[in-house]
Amino acid sequence: MPIPPPLQFYNEPLPGVDPAELQGKLIVIEGPDSVGRSTQVSKLRAWLEQRGHAVLDTGLARGALAGKGIADAKEGNTLGPVTMTMFYVTDFADRLENEIVPALRAGFVVITDRYIFSLMARGIARGEDAVWLEKLAGFALVPHAVYYLRADVPTLVSRVVMGRGSFDFWESGMDLRFGPDMYDSFIRYQTRVIRALDRMSKKYEFKSIDASKPADQIFRELQRSIGELFPAKRTDAKKRRSAKA
Amino acid sequence: MALALMPILTPNRFKGKLIVVEGIDGSGKSTQLSLLAQWLRSQGLAVAFSEWNSSPLVRDTTRRGKKKQMFTPTTFSLIHATDFADRQERYIMPMLKAGAIVCADRFAYTAFARDVVRGVSPKWVRNVYRFAIQPNLAFYFRVPLEVALGRILGGRDSIKYYEAGMDLNLSRRIEESFRLFQGRILEEYDAMTQEMGFHVIDATGSIEDQQAQMREVVMQKLSDAIATGQILQDERAYRANTAAAPVL
Repeated sequence: MPIPPPLQFYNEPLPGVDPAELQGKLIVIEGPDSVGRSTQVSKLRAWLEQRGHAVLDTGLARGALAGKGIADAKEGNTLGPVTMTMFYVTDFADRLENEIVPALRAGFVVITDRYIFSLMARGIARGEDAVWLEKLAGFALVPHAVYYLRADVPTLVSRVVMGRGSFDFWESGMDLRFGPDMYDSFIRYQTRVIRALDRMSKKYEFKSIDASKPADQIFRELQRSIGELFPAKRTDAKKRRSAKA
Repeated sequence: MALALMPILTPNRFKGKLIVVEGIDGSGKSTQLSLLAQWLRSQGLAVAFSEWNSSPLVRDTTRRGKKKQMFTPTTFSLIHATDFADRQERYIMPMLKAGAIVCADRFAYTAFARDVVRGVSPKWVRNVYRFAIQPNLAFYFRVPLEVALGRILGGRDSIKYYEAGMDLNLSRRIEESFRLFQGRILEEYDAMTQEMGFHVIDATGSIEDQQAQMREVVMQKLSDAIATGQILQDERAYRANTAAAPVL
């Protein structure tokens, strides 16, 4: 089935939302854990605001309704895989209806650090059915662009070890213990997550970016591509640049 | 139409059995289910009990949403599905695996009726619950709206905002909203009775009659599983009870 145009629903209308009222831009940054998404999101936000766009940035489990419940549930030791998926989808629906849609109505640029694709990939990595997940999250809006920061598992390992310095329980899929310890479990779980994202890549028209490149270079690629979503503004930026020069 | 909407729940491949009750508020289903559970226990059978909207993991989130009236039809539906997922993963499934008879007060059918009245699509909400284990028996306590309302409005102190469907703006008066909301839910239950294969119990009958009907249906359905020892049971209690008095 072909993907509908931006700001239409994938396959299920959200009660009370008329896509015709939406006018902003919806930009998704996707990719596995520790791949450098949040760095890019904050750079993009500053850049877009400088260009005069109002920006909303949002991300998984940050919603007013379910954000705290998810954090609490992850502190305990009883959160099952289906429950986790459902909880995250609840949070996503809450942010979509109460943050993203109102911002789009008002003409904001919405940058979201992950979208339904990560939720689906995690579910698939935990053995859930891809078709079920797709329909479950079918009320999501089609973004203007999905940037997939792609890295292989060795790169992620080095980011985790050199960066935070320790493996995270959930990012290692330790709830299902894919291996005898955090390292082995991380390798197997993240391999599954990346495989699931790769499989979605074509269908959902991801724009893939090699995340092993330096952050500045990735940012320039994102700028170039996102700039094309705003044809009029780009000439402004050019003018300003040449004036400076 | 009915076929197209047929939910694909997850088949129960476990030793235990899942019995659920459905019906509008005031239909008496909870009373009947607790009588049934008590009786099954007295027969020496392993019984587990799970109630709609009771997961400790999800409780604070549901409470926050209700208190601040943050729910939309979609998030209301999803948080209840999260609640159910938690109860199924952490309690219902392990109990079924162990060979218990799991009695559930409300099941996905509540969502199929109530959330659809709230405005989510029937197809979508049926997919949401595809992970839910298919009940071995589903009782629907059918009762005319006025009878149920008489039981509820007489006996309870106050109806809450979401219970009355106040979020649907059916009426500004809470009792009137409750009446209209429950009426629509009743229509949804009636409409899905065949699709879901409900055992309909006339909930206007006496409590004793309804309970006798329920026990008969349950024994018909479970006698093999009990006789073969598939259901976890205390042999002595079972023999003592069945010897002392006839089952029905």
